[in-house]
Amino acid sequence: MTRREVVNRFAFMEDKAASWVPWVSICTLLLVWEAVSRSPWVSALYLPPPSAIVAAGVDMAVSGELWTNLMASMGRIAAGYALGSIVGVLIGLALGFSAIAEAAGNPILYSLYPVPKIALLPLIILWLGIGEVSKITIITLGVFFPVAINTYAGVKNIDPLFVKVAVSFRANRLGVLRKVVLPGALPMIFAGLKLAAGTSLLLLVAAEMIAAKEGIGALILHYGDLMLTTKLMVGVVVLSLLGVLFNQAIHAIEQRVIPWKQ
Amino acid sequence: MQILIDGVSKSYMDSKQGAVLALDKISLTISENEFVVLVGPSGCGKSTLLNIVGGLLSPSGGHVFVEGLPEERDPAIGVVFQDVGLFPWRTVADNIAFGLEELGVAQPEKQARLARYIKMVGLEGFEHAYPHQLSGGMRQRAGIARALSIQPDLLLMDEPFSALDAQTRTLMQEELLRIWQATRVTTLYVTHNIQEAVYLADRVVVLSRRPGRIASILPIELPKFSRDKGENLPAFNRYAEEIWNLIRDDAQQALLEGADG
Repeated sequence: MTRREVVNRFAFMEDKAASWVPWVSICTLLLVWEAVSRSPWVSALYLPPPSAIVAAGVDMAVSGELWTNLMASMGRIAAGYALGSIVGVLIGLALGFSAIAEAAGNPILYSLYPVPKIALLPLIILWLGIGEVSKITIITLGVFFPVAINTYAGVKNIDPLFVKVAVSFRANRLGVLRKVVLPGALPMIFAGLKLAAGTSLLLLVAAEMIAAKEGIGALILHYGDLMLTTKLMVGVVVLSLLGVLFNQAIHAIEQRVIPWKQ
Repeated sequence: MQILIDGVSKSYMDSKQGAVLALDKISLTISENEFVVLVGPSGCGKSTLLNIVGGLLSPSGGHVFVEGLPEERDPAIGVVFQDVGLFPWRTVADNIAFGLEELGVAQPEKQARLARYIKMVGLEGFEHAYPHQLSGGMRQRAGIARALSIQPDLLLMDEPFSALDAQTRTLMQEELLRIWQATRVTTLYVTHNIQEAVYLADRVVVLSRRPGRIASILPIELPKFSRDKGENLPAFNRYAEEIWNLIRDDAQQALLEGADG
């Protein structure tokens, strides 16, 4: 008679990585990059080493160049993102909550949504000129659509039982909207806000590359034209950090606003 | 005060069966301080009737009246739902306070009522918990407190314990009797569980299905407590068997059709 022990084949689902793994992974990437850049086979002009990028970044920060460009970009993105998300949430709520708004608005929303917003940039510059308004407008547009569509989906996903409960306790339409529909849609609204964060950075850089004196996008284009790749890379790294911080900020707000979500 | 259900009918279109008459001219009076249980097989329209009485569904015919309210106002109706429907984004206390908010109850009175009903259902210490942190039985306690806190003229309970496990369910039935004894609120309770109906009711209303009609009304002449114990047990079983005989054929039919509701 043979004997075999039964083993847990499901155990891999509970695997946990150690907390140092992400740090080792990013450090390895930087070290390999540094080594490749310094090797004789790759010109530092095409791939500047991380150490040089950091040094250039410090110089640009000290001279104030980085600060001026960063502020210009942040101002545009803050204005466009705020405007786009507020209007997006309002329109999304209206579409999800009112049958008339839904029937009238949905075809328009869904026919404009697939248009890549960059394609509208020349038109918007034609309409609104080459200044700040056209840049903020394109970011607003890019943020509006994912936020509106996610908000709408969030409203549609709310369990009708919650509305029934609210109505059974004599909530009126406004009460249902404020106390059931909005909180119920919040998780989806935040999913939309996170999507929009990436889109807004993309459109910011695109707009700044077409026409801007200041801004991270303009800086990258400027140093690209001059073949100053180290300074160009400073701009790219700043964008990467901006994106990470942006997402972390939204995540932190989400934790505060939706404490009930596991 | 009494609730008058006057010739209420409900028909709806079903994709497979065409026009279905879910309720056929139901007439029933619920007296003040009475605990009426509607019992019937799946698809007899008992939940439909409860929703119509609660003003959450329009009847196809007939009316529901609340007679003899002490003053000129809309009746306060508290509903306890099968799946509770606690808002996940509100704490237990804020969920229970929802009805009071909508009534515009002032702050000191609101706090007093919250404390009273949280204590009554035994949820002290869980005021600041979110629903997902509670067990099924605890959630339904909160649901009951929410409905009672508005001090309703009529309490509607739609299979409140059917999602609970058998042990929790037995405990919650005992608990409900104790709570009811403290408030004596006029109650319409819907269940498919015959034992539960005999255990809780002053009167059991048995519904038949397709169309939903009142098959029988049985006053339960047993003391309010310990009905399923000792000397009461034989009578308890006789009531249960009588009801089972009334709905057995319908229940079998429902099983074959796979109907729900």
